Amino acid sequence: MAQTETTSLPIAAPRVRSGARAATWLGVAPFFLFALMFLIGPTFMLLIGAFQDAEGQFTLANMAKLLQPNIVSAYWISIKVSAASAVLGAAFGFGLAYAAVLGGLPRFVRPVLMTFSGVASNFAGIPLSFAFLATLGRLGLVTVLLMELFGFNLYRTGFNLLSFWGLTLTYLYFQIPLMVLILAPALDGLKPEWREASSILGASGWQYWRHVAFPVLWPAILGTTLLLFANAFGAVATAYALTGSSLNIVTILLYAQIRGDVLHDQNLGYALALGMILITGISNGAYILLRARAERWLR
Amino acid sequence: MKPNRIGPWIAIALGALYFLLPLIGTFEFSLRMRRGEYSFDAYQVVLADPRFQSSVAYSALLAVATIVIGILLILPTAYWIRLKLPRLAPVVEFITLMPLIIPPIVLVFGYLRFYNSSSFLPMTGNVRATDLLLTFGYVVLSLPYMYRAIDTGLRAIDVRTLTEAAESLGASRATILFRVILPNVRSAVLSGAFLTFAIVIGEFVLGSLLNRPVFASYMQLVGANRAYEPAALAIIAFVVTWGCMGLIQVFGRARYMARAEKG
Amino acid sequence: MPFLELQGITKAFGQQQVVRQMDLSIARGEFVSFLGPSGCGKTTTLRMVAGFERPTTGTVSIDGREVTDLRPNQRDIGMVFQSYALFPNMTVAGNIGFGLRVARRPAEEIRARVAEMLEIVKLPQHAGRYPYQLSGGQQQRVALARALAVRPKVLLLDEPLSALDAKIRVSLREEIRALQRDLGITTIYVTHDQEEALSMSDRIVVMSEGRVEQIGSPFEIYNYPRTRFVASFVGTLNLLEGRVLDPDSGRIAVDGQEIVSARGLAGSQAGETRVVALRPEALSLQNGHLDHNRLRGTIDEVSFLGSVVRVRVSLGGSAISLDMFNQASVPPPARGAPVTVSFAREDLVVLDRA
Repeated sequence: MAQTETTSLPIAAPRVRSGARAATWLGVAPFFLFALMFLIGPTFMLLIGAFQDAEGQFTLANMAKLLQPNIVSAYWISIKVSAASAVLGAAFGFGLAYAAVLGGLPRFVRPVLMTFSGVASNFAGIPLSFAFLATLGRLGLVTVLLMELFGFNLYRTGFNLLSFWGLTLTYLYFQIPLMVLILAPALDGLKPEWREASSILGASGWQYWRHVAFPVLWPAILGTTLLLFANAFGAVATAYALTGSSLNIVTILLYAQIRGDVLHDQNLGYALALGMILITGISNGAYILLRARAERWLR
Repeated sequence: MKPNRIGPWIAIALGALYFLLPLIGTFEFSLRMRRGEYSFDAYQVVLADPRFQSSVAYSALLAVATIVIGILLILPTAYWIRLKLPRLAPVVEFITLMPLIIPPIVLVFGYLRFYNSSSFLPMTGNVRATDLLLTFGYVVLSLPYMYRAIDTGLRAIDVRTLTEAAESLGASRATILFRVILPNVRSAVLSGAFLTFAIVIGEFVLGSLLNRPVFASYMQLVGANRAYEPAALAIIAFVVTWGCMGLIQVFGRARYMARAEKG
Repeated sequence: MPFLELQGITKAFGQQQVVRQMDLSIARGEFVSFLGPSGCGKTTTLRMVAGFERPTTGTVSIDGREVTDLRPNQRDIGMVFQSYALFPNMTVAGNIGFGLRVARRPAEEIRARVAEMLEIVKLPQHAGRYPYQLSGGQQQRVALARALAVRPKVLLLDEPLSALDAKIRVSLREEIRALQRDLGITTIYVTHDQEEALSMSDRIVVMSEGRVEQIGSPFEIYNYPRTRFVASFVGTLNLLEGRVLDPDSGRIAVDGQEIVSARGLAGSQAGETRVVALRPEALSLQNGHLDHNRLRGTIDEVSFLGSVVRVRVSLGGSAISLDMFNQASVPPPARGAPVTVSFAREDLVVLDRA
């Protein structure tokens, strides 16, 4: 560039311009530096570590170790709990959002539900597990009341809060509200005219949902469900405080691994982490792909 | 064609049952400490515990630091992206959403490896540096919410015109950002801030694995060793979360009303 | 026997009366417009015909069958909405075939009917597009095709053109009218645009505040408005107050100048004040026919509107506007010049008392 400059042209001009452009990029430098140092860098180092042995040599041994039965089962339970709580959360959340937005209920219902959802979706972790222990634990209010009022022993039925269903039931407490929060605006996007147009063309209410409303909402429902899945899959605190180490889910396995409670094999830990990122990454990737297909009729 | 309202009422009733029972159950349980009668003993025990006070203070301090750092980092970035580099918006948005894909436990595991005592930047080696690392971690966790809140706020105002107007009056960049832009997105920033506060105050994994005395670690400890105090703690945590969300509502409505008056 | 009949229709939302006592008979194949400002009840009336609203009192009958209590999907009606209301998740063909699909018609029949409708609305190449890929005018054609594909007995159009550009509006309204004539479908068209109503309709129902002000052909509505509201809502109009001199011969004085209404002033009393209306285009600055009315005044204002020159003439107390064609050879009159305005006795319309 400098070669084309002649004395007749002010040399300073392009320099100022490129300087200004550098300054423009400088404006976002702190953010990218921060993201690199505290988000991308550390995660990337884990991914590298997953393919290294203790001496830093390349190996696939850690990946192979992921196939140990207890690790596979940990992943499997995690996936089951996450999937169950995501699908049920999406279904019940949809029902609640539908009732509040389109159900023709009094006006106060909606803001109350939305505010409560904002609170409940953030009421996760340790205190949530306390709340469920105090309610459905062996001495919990509901357990005791069922026993005293109906002579019904909840725990005789095989129910256990420290189990797959117990954990799923607990996770639903933040999953359902999250679905409500995201889906209510999407339900607002359904134009009343669509329903009227379909009705006047002879469609029943069910046919309207089947052919119009549900296909329009599908990307939002699917996307939120996958978000709920990732949300549950990465959760540690609720399960840890609820079940201690008795329920073998992958986050608790990794937690114990990091704390050095169990066998101390750092590189296996990296592989565990890689597996987790893969699963949340795949669920998000699937969401993006499906969404692109479902949304080809949107801008 | 009035919609049939029985179904919706049943849905709301079942939802209310599911969501209120644990709260009622917890509250009832928290009152049972004294034999044979209800009392607030569990709350007294908890509130009088110096470790409760210190862990709440510590977490609250970190939350405030997280909010300040988060705003200082995100507001200029979001502003700059809107003003000068709209092409970068998808990239920045993707980065801010990454914490939803990368579970916190993986993130902190990465920190432990990246900043261990033998690394180029041994932040886990000393207590103050670890506090800083923990705060940065919280900033990362709050990124999806904070960025979205601020970006939504910026979208609602005409960033370019405001900037040009301020520039034409001779204002510097910093003046524009903190005396023109920030006041205009204050309610958006505040709602992001309260959400961040709620997240940080209850966060367990980062604090626990970086070995810092955060509130959630204290709760976990109490939960493992005591019977009635955890229920009292859960109620306290719920009230705090409710307070944060309530403040978001208040500030959200304040903005709405200001706009209604203008219109 | 009327094809579509509204009898004693009223509609109230809570305390508010939106439609008051509406009676209307529409013949098979007729094109009727509901014209009025927003909030006059025209859309509510249309929605009662469609079945989206239930009349508080009164009945709706279509083709000899009372449909008041039937749901919209049982009424055999086609409707076009202001916002198009195309289903965003379906292609053009999917939208047009929707009604036949939910009626479980055979696929072959649906395909043929969709192709036919696409041909009729002149969009044969757009079958596979999605609504967002179409212009507003194209979307509204698809909406029209979708409404007609099921061969409804009645077609309802709710301000179908008001979201479109002026140019497309004119061409599409001609198309809609031609299509309606070809198919012979009974049609109700809701609009607040008097030009649309005048140019398209067999009959116009002018509505105001939930009441029918006047029902008549475009010619009647425009030339012989019965009420002040109709007169002022449809076209530009000069309204003047006159003192009745002789009800029998139709003589009336405006600003002390005597004029005659050809239609008489039956029902008035001498000395009473009545409102009379004059269309700007009925007035002339030429002397005109011998028995024309004449009013003397001075030119107050001259505005050049292109093909037309609008002149305001002060008559002393009141003023009237008149339109004259712009002719390059004739310069417009100067302000302050004394003039005589003349008009035929038939053009003087005496309005009903308010």
